[in-house]
Amino acid sequence: MGLLFFVFALAVFLGFELISKVPSQLHTPLMSGSNAISGITIVGALIVAGRTENKTALVILGALAVAFAMINVVGGYLVTDRMLAMFKSGKPGARK
Amino acid sequence: MTAQAIEFVYIVAAVLFIVGLKMLGRADTARRGNFVSAVGMLLAIVATLYAGGLSFRWIAIGTIAGSLVGAVAAYAVKMTAMPEMVGLFNGFGGLASLLVGWAEYHKWVLLGQAPERPVFTAVAIFLTVLIGAVTFSGSMVAFLKLAEWIGGKPFLFRGQQIVNGALSLALLAGGALFALRPETGYSLLLPVVAGALALGVMSVIPIGGADMPVVISLLNSYSGLAACAAGFVISNTLLIVAGALVGASGIILTRIMCKAMNRSLANVLFSGFGSGAGGGGAAAGYQGEAKAVSAEDAYFLLEAARSVVFVPGYGMAVAQAQHAVRELGQLLEANGAEVRYCIHPVAGRMPGHMNVLLAEANVPYEQLVEPGDVNPTIETVDVAMVIGANDVVNPAAREDPKSPLYGMPTIEVDRARTCIVLKRSLNPGFAGVDNPLFFKENTRMLFGDAKQTVSALVAEFKE
Repeated sequence: MGLLFFVFALAVFLGFELISKVPSQLHTPLMSGSNAISGITIVGALIVAGRTENKTALVILGALAVAFAMINVVGGYLVTDRMLAMFKSGKPGARK
Repeated sequence: MTAQAIEFVYIVAAVLFIVGLKMLGRADTARRGNFVSAVGMLLAIVATLYAGGLSFRWIAIGTIAGSLVGAVAAYAVKMTAMPEMVGLFNGFGGLASLLVGWAEYHKWVLLGQAPERPVFTAVAIFLTVLIGAVTFSGSMVAFLKLAEWIGGKPFLFRGQQIVNGALSLALLAGGALFALRPETGYSLLLPVVAGALALGVMSVIPIGGADMPVVISLLNSYSGLAACAAGFVISNTLLIVAGALVGASGIILTRIMCKAMNRSLANVLFSGFGSGAGGGGAAAGYQGEAKAVSAEDAYFLLEAARSVVFVPGYGMAVAQAQHAVRELGQLLEANGAEVRYCIHPVAGRMPGHMNVLLAEANVPYEQLVEPGDVNPTIETVDVAMVIGANDVVNPAAREDPKSPLYGMPTIEVDRARTCIVLKRSLNPGFAGVDNPLFFKENTRMLFGDAKQTVSALVAEFKE
């Protein structure tokens, strides 16, 4: 339990450090890319949905959680990629 | 897979998220960064599936349905509809966390599988459900506002803050009950869920469209915190790390947005800015004559210009004028002018909204500059062309201490040699604040739909 808080505190600090200097042109991709990461709750959803106890209520909650988390994950990453694919440099050869 | 192996993969996934986020912060590595983070997510999912003891039937159904919906939505969405799509995805993430917390509670109370540390887990479940529900309903309201299915104006009523305060207190009391008597069951959980959903709605309805960039990035932070709280429920460090990263980065982005408007977060969340109450005030009714010009007059100004700065705003998004603007920019460059696009951090409806639209129109990102790059030398700019932006170019923010915008950093287009403002009418902007820019000596108003007007200018150049 203490370890969980320790990990939490470090991750928060790291998050602040990582994002503090980002050019404004990347604000949207950064937001939608980190939004996709928040879909990590899929891991919890998978565990809930896959429990073999097979209680109907749990299975329904779990399957719904998996579906919504997957929308967040798949949609989030794809839409971010689509946006970033449009960001082009004018300098020849600056980007692939 | 053994528990150790899974832990190891989780660590790798967490590292990939961190590296991916870092790379997302730089233009030349951003796309690869997103890919790196996606690989981390895939690893986490695969490792979880290999943990054993899971039945795949419902997992498969949920995964296939969710992936299809997500992929179709991501490819079908128009770039101009990006803010509401991000809001929608975000809301679903919050809902998923809410459901995970709910399922854990169901397992505990109805199936009698009590966790090792009941108080700790009860508080974590409460927070997961609370934050998840607020994220979900708040994002749905933001989505409806951005998609203009409901009005974008702030929705205020007498005693709103008292109602919200009472609701928050009731939820806190519910949380305390949860911690003290977690076995109470659905008679406690359902009111908490309902109350939290209501709180999400109530928190977002008083916020106007122009403040949406702040709200969207704040809700993004919440969805991370909801996942993080779910991590505490199931004692999963990966959820905690990834959720905390998103939570922290969302808060940073929110702060950047607030700073760009020179307002505190509390002011954005509670003031219902632009509701009309005090919005006009002493700043209202700037008098003077706005000088309207024709597209032909504007063409002569642009044709003679050596240095042109475009200042896009939400109006450009509404008119879908970004491609026409890009074409005009290219013609100006061919004509020997230096062309830049100056983007205010809160222009549009989400952070970086204008950047995405101009990128869609193939504007190279070196030409996209920030107010701080342009303002110091703006006297040397021949033509500043404002396209559907209003509050972010309002000189009252510098000149009129009574203006609600006073103190907000703006793009000081009124100091350019000439300023052409493309606008549909003289109506004030979203914040409902009058703009003295329209009546300045060196301002020319070019009325009409932004796309048609810019296309007319392009046609003039091609003649």
